Amino acid sequence: MIALVGRELALRFGRWGGVMLPLLFFLLVASLFPFAVGPEPRLLARIAGGIMWVAALLAALMPIDTLFEPDRADGTLDQLAARQVPFEIVATARMISHWLAFGPLLLLTVPVAAALLALPAAAMLPLIVGLAIGTPALAALGTVAAALTTGLRGAGALAGLLVLPLALPVLIFGAGAMGDGPAVAGALKLLGASSLFLVALSPFAAGAALRASLE
Amino acid sequence: MHRFANPARFLKIARVATPITALLGLALLAAGLGLGLFSSPPDYLQGESVRIMYVHVPTAWFGMGGYLFVALASAAFLVWRHPLADVAARAAAPVGATFTAVCLMTGALWGRPTWGTYWVWDARLTSMLVLLFLYLGYIALANAYDDRERGGRAAAILALVGVVNLPIIKFSVEWWNTLHQPASIRMSGSSIHPEMLQPLLLAALGFQLIFAATVLMRMRTALAGQVIAARAARLAGAHG
Repeated sequence: MIALVGRELALRFGRWGGVMLPLLFFLLVASLFPFAVGPEPRLLARIAGGIMWVAALLAALMPIDTLFEPDRADGTLDQLAARQVPFEIVATARMISHWLAFGPLLLLTVPVAAALLALPAAAMLPLIVGLAIGTPALAALGTVAAALTTGLRGAGALAGLLVLPLALPVLIFGAGAMGDGPAVAGALKLLGASSLFLVALSPFAAGAALRASLE
Repeated sequence: MHRFANPARFLKIARVATPITALLGLALLAAGLGLGLFSSPPDYLQGESVRIMYVHVPTAWFGMGGYLFVALASAAFLVWRHPLADVAARAAAPVGATFTAVCLMTGALWGRPTWGTYWVWDARLTSMLVLLFLYLGYIALANAYDDRERGGRAAAILALVGVVNLPIIKFSVEWWNTLHQPASIRMSGSSIHPEMLQPLLLAALGFQLIFAATVLMRMRTALAGQVIAARAARLAGAHG
């Protein structure tokens, strides 16, 4: 499994666009909002955290087309199946590599977006912690959606339709963690709970979907 | 259950069951809505607008019940590979989605005079909206593949993942402090006056039977479509 993660990471980082595109997309979405709602700093400061959560969610959807589809098309998945590697392991490896190629770098990009959106300094820490807890859940959901739509034309739009409703709890608790007072700790705990749940569930759903895709 | 997985046996039963459920459902619905809309008393707080409950509550129940049916049929399809289970899940999804949409719309119409707004981002309303999106995702995924079998399997997995939403809807009014009122009908009894409860239960039974009749009709249509497609393929093969 470590070999699978390593292979996938080498492939992702081998192509410049594979890693940078979601981050650029994240920054672009974040910088669209000041144009759309006006550049007034107080308004931006109020909605900055929510914007960044939505932008992160959309950026996590970007690489979905490339998670399983190339491996199905060139027969790598068949090879793994022939070597009797369980699909749950394949899905877990892909989920981990998807997150590693996207989560940590996104956290590094957040301060840039925060500056663009005039995010208050006090909200910075809850946002970073929340995203650190929440992005694995986004990676898990993306893995399931990618496995369900392998072999489809126009899979990206459909994957969005599948992921967004299921990602709502993550978004709600993530946004809740940016309030103030005792609600923050509670929201972070609930965010952690939903993240753990999704990460634990998704290898089985994605594995079953991959098995169905090869039959 | 396996006895009914045979499409021929299913069709034989469904041919009889469809008109019975449809007619009985319409009769019960007419009785329930007739009583509810004309003879039941207005609410002392909500006035006449309470009558929308006789549509809102049953559609909410069977919007959720329909999803449970889709999920159970999907599980049967994944475990035992009964093609009929796939047909059943696909047939029920649009019906359930319609019920959910009607529930949301009647709720919005009721909310305007009562809460002063069509929509609030409340846990119960939001989780019900998520249910509608799950239905739509299921329908889109099931029809996205050229290979029917594959689409069915993928959609079935999605249906099972989406089941986590059902307890969230059910308990949303207790876990969160919501604008939507908590359940009035429980195992231990009901806090609704019998004059309102009776039409509600009649209407609910009617909606349930109509749900069943619609699903049966859609299943029979789907099976007939498969027979026609198979026959066309055979003819094309014979002449080609």
